[in-house]
Amino acid sequence: MNALEVKNLTKTFEVGKSLFTKGQGVKAVRGMSFDVRDGETLGIVGESGCGKSTLARMLVGLLPPSEGEIQIEGKVQDKASPREFGQMIQYVFQDPISSLNPRKTIREIMETPLKRLHGMSKAERNKRISEIFASVNLREEFLSRYPHEFSGGQAQRIGIARALAAAARILILDEPVSALDVSVQAQVLNLLADLKKEFGLTYLFISHDLAVVEAVSDRVMVLYFGAIVEVGPADAIFKNAKHPYTKLLADSAPVVGRALEAPKQKADELPDPLNPPTGCPFAKRCIYATDICETTDPALIEMGDDHFAACHNPIKG
Amino acid sequence: MIQFLKLLFRNRLAALGAVTLSFTLLLAVLTPILPLPNPNITATADRFLPPFSDGHLLGTDHLGRDLFSRLMWGTRLSLAVGAAAALIAAFIGSTIGIVAGFMGGRTDNIIMRLVDMLMAFPYILLALAIVAALGPGLVNALFAVAAVNIPFFARNIRGVTVGLANKEFVDAARLSGMSNLQIILFEILPNVLPVIVIAMSTTVGWMILETAGLSFLGLGSQPPQADLGSMLGEARAALITSPHTSIVPGIMIFLIVMSINLLGDGVRDAIDPRLKSGALSRPLPATIVERDTTPPAPSDDLLALQDLRTEFHVGDRTYKAVGGVSLKVNKGECLGIIGESGSGKSVTALSVMGLVASPPGKIVGGAVSFQGNDLVGASYDQLRELRGDRVAYIFQDPLSTLHPLYKVGDQLIEAMQAHRKMPEKEARARAVELLEAVRIPNAARRVDNYPHEMSGGMRQRVSIAMALANEPDVIIADEPTTALDVTVQAQILTLLDELRRERDLAIVFITHDFGVVAQLCDRVAVMYAGRIVEEGPTAPILDDPQHPYTKKLMACVPELGGGKRELHAIPGLPPAVDRLPQGCAFAPRCEFAQEVCKQGEITLDANGDRAVRCLFPDKVSQTEVTS
Ligand SMILES: Nc1ncnc2c1ncn2[C@@H]1O[C@H](COP(=O)(O)OP(=O)(O)OP(=O)(O)O)[C@@H](O)[C@H]1O
Ligand code: SF4
Ligand code: SF4
Ligand SMILES: [Mg+2]
Repeated sequence: MNALEVKNLTKTFEVGKSLFTKGQGVKAVRGMSFDVRDGETLGIVGESGCGKSTLARMLVGLLPPSEGEIQIEGKVQDKASPREFGQMIQYVFQDPISSLNPRKTIREIMETPLKRLHGMSKAERNKRISEIFASVNLREEFLSRYPHEFSGGQAQRIGIARALAAAARILILDEPVSALDVSVQAQVLNLLADLKKEFGLTYLFISHDLAVVEAVSDRVMVLYFGAIVEVGPADAIFKNAKHPYTKLLADSAPVVGRALEAPKQKADELPDPLNPPTGCPFAKRCIYATDICETTDPALIEMGDDHFAACHNPIKG
Repeated sequence: MIQFLKLLFRNRLAALGAVTLSFTLLLAVLTPILPLPNPNITATADRFLPPFSDGHLLGTDHLGRDLFSRLMWGTRLSLAVGAAAALIAAFIGSTIGIVAGFMGGRTDNIIMRLVDMLMAFPYILLALAIVAALGPGLVNALFAVAAVNIPFFARNIRGVTVGLANKEFVDAARLSGMSNLQIILFEILPNVLPVIVIAMSTTVGWMILETAGLSFLGLGSQPPQADLGSMLGEARAALITSPHTSIVPGIMIFLIVMSINLLGDGVRDAIDPRLKSGALSRPLPATIVERDTTPPAPSDDLLALQDLRTEFHVGDRTYKAVGGVSLKVNKGECLGIIGESGSGKSVTALSVMGLVASPPGKIVGGAVSFQGNDLVGASYDQLRELRGDRVAYIFQDPLSTLHPLYKVGDQLIEAMQAHRKMPEKEARARAVELLEAVRIPNAARRVDNYPHEMSGGMRQRVSIAMALANEPDVIIADEPTTALDVTVQAQILTLLDELRRERDLAIVFITHDFGVVAQLCDRVAVMYAGRIVEEGPTAPILDDPQHPYTKKLMACVPELGGGKRELHAIPGLPPAVDRLPQGCAFAPRCEFAQEVCKQGEITLDANGDRAVRCLFPDKVSQTEVTS
């Protein structure tokens, strides 16, 4: 069974809207369809502004989709309601400190989902909090402290603990380690891996760091300009990229032992969302572009074992 | 709380306000039990008695009523009405502000337009109109004053709420099952409450004044009831003949309003977090230098840091941010400094040109030798001449170097003209050249762009162009690509590399990414807890790290192409630099640590062209990383 099924999910923001005039529609997410398998980690990568956060916020019900359907654990969600979604799917935020209310103790923060989502009694709550704190390696004495007393890594563990408290089986991890120091990043990533095993969780792991995504994911999905351009197994997608954009990303990552060279591209400007191109949105930058790319937006089609890409001239190999 | 009071009373004026106000409040509270004559009993025979008359301490008014008694009762009433008006205005205004700020969108739009309309009316006119509509009377005056102050609270609180409503903890609360009302009450309100209190403390004085104004005009308290405004109003006719009847309530109003405002300002300043860190004054133009040792003789290198030590003194704590760093860089060379946040990379870089904020920063030892001159001892004028001219910086956030309101071309021109005279036309041509040099397409047109019209990568290229404007000898780049996407990062790195080869630039490149170091830097220095733990040519260090920290840190960072795997982690956290342990700072996290590591000073020992600060480098070098 799939943990999550998304069909033609679209989000259009209206920009320049005022009290009297209607704004112009900007598509931040342009018709994405994908599945997340039970128990897998699906990595999501893409440059800033490509729609990663918008997608994630729709998946947890914080943002109503403009079109499309979200199915969580087999149930179609027809109304964006974080309260209902919250029991099945939770969010771990990029900035661990700002995701904790500075005026609440850690205990108050931890109690909220237990009380509001599960209506637990005081005694039940205390027991559950102890269990969760034990699994994320946090000491219970932290419970009476305030968020500013913690380091980034500790605060992120608390954020993870809160997500676990909701007892959701799917977690969206939106850049969960990018605000942390490298030596602490690994601690948190390994903790996430352990928790996944312990509780049978499913992860959507959003990051701009290709190496981290590759290290933690089963499959990776590459986004560009609000759409999926490639999705495939983590160990193949960067090594064996089919889409020119994925290849560009992989070749741009700084790697020890590779000479410094900016990979070739024709230009480096992203398409204008107010004025979206008719054909492939990557065409302006793509060195493989042909005439058809200017006129027809390519569809996502299977190009290998469990490997899909949206390109008219996929890279061979 | 005690700390808050301490800060508050360090401000003399606020303390004065607090004392005056407390005294006035005490009198107002005690008024009913003081042995005062009835304030409303008239005695026409005793009209206009001067102060210090028998039985009338402050004399009497035009109806022979005891002025002292009227003053006490009047003060009590004015304070009560002012406070009530402030509470009502704060309650309604803040509610409006929170709802508008939290709901956003159309609700916000409509509410705030209405508030704007209310604010567009002249203040006192609006109050008069309200009293005119409701009829005169103290309660109506109170409502009028409260009403005209609502927009002030609504605007302020809305501003704060908008900031909070976009915080991630609000989303987290939604996902924890809280409703909007619960979020407003339990998540937002505790955070805006201090702002509401401050806004009240700074406005209650004016509200007292406004109610007094309405009473003065006869629209507030009605005879014979005394408040400060009506006392003034009634005394107006006798201003020349018996000035004391006006002066007495006048002084009281002055005292109340002044004391409240002084105290209110004091409270606002004391809550400001910048005050707590001791950074009350504006930072000096150059870092304070207080060296406790004689500086070493300048070196022959282009730029060399020699045992540089920079500290921050906050309260009674001393943070040793840079604890004796020696580095050098020569023409055409690129030196990488790598380390985690808080390891002192940026402070090291800023110390070079005396850019560390002072106070609380201080250079306490060592030297920075540039072209044979010690910059640490240099005058501010000398530093200013060199800054941006011979030594230029590039920061992580390009917006910190670019002014949002000026065209990028004008900023480039200004950067050049700050250091040498240049005709406008030539400067402009050169600005275009610079933009071309940093590979900005269509430079001739882009030079008239404002920073916000450019993408993040483009802006970073403009700040590189700024750094290049005066053909510097050294560029210090502090994580210039951390905020950028990988594809843009690759372009910026390539650009810097080409520029250094073309122009023989020396680059100091600060980063936390080994991949970047490997690709760009000739030499690398690894920093931990304010000191260099390993230093040398890049390739040998990356191939065979000899300090356990370097080795572990490299293992923590996954590299592309390794597939799914468990990552190595370093247990624990870096030490706080105000409480460095004895001996090796890495010892608590080090798998090789022995008893000797925790005693005495561990020196940075050179071995050929490499140096390492560890007692057992050979052991480290021979051991495979395990997690
Ligand atoms: N409320 C909004 N109104 C208008 N446009 C928006 C809004 N929120 C997001 N966008 C636009 O939608 C697009 C996708 O934004 P999103 O925040 O999802 O990107 P992202 O991939 O998460 O970027 P980053 O890595 O920088 O966080 C961007 O072009 C952004 O400007
Ligand atoms: S469809 Fe054409 S333009 Fe788009 S990525 Fe493929 S080759 Fe390039
Ligand atoms: S000196 Fe000792 S504690 Fe410090 S890094 Fe070397 S082995 Fe580890
Ligand atoms: Mg994002």
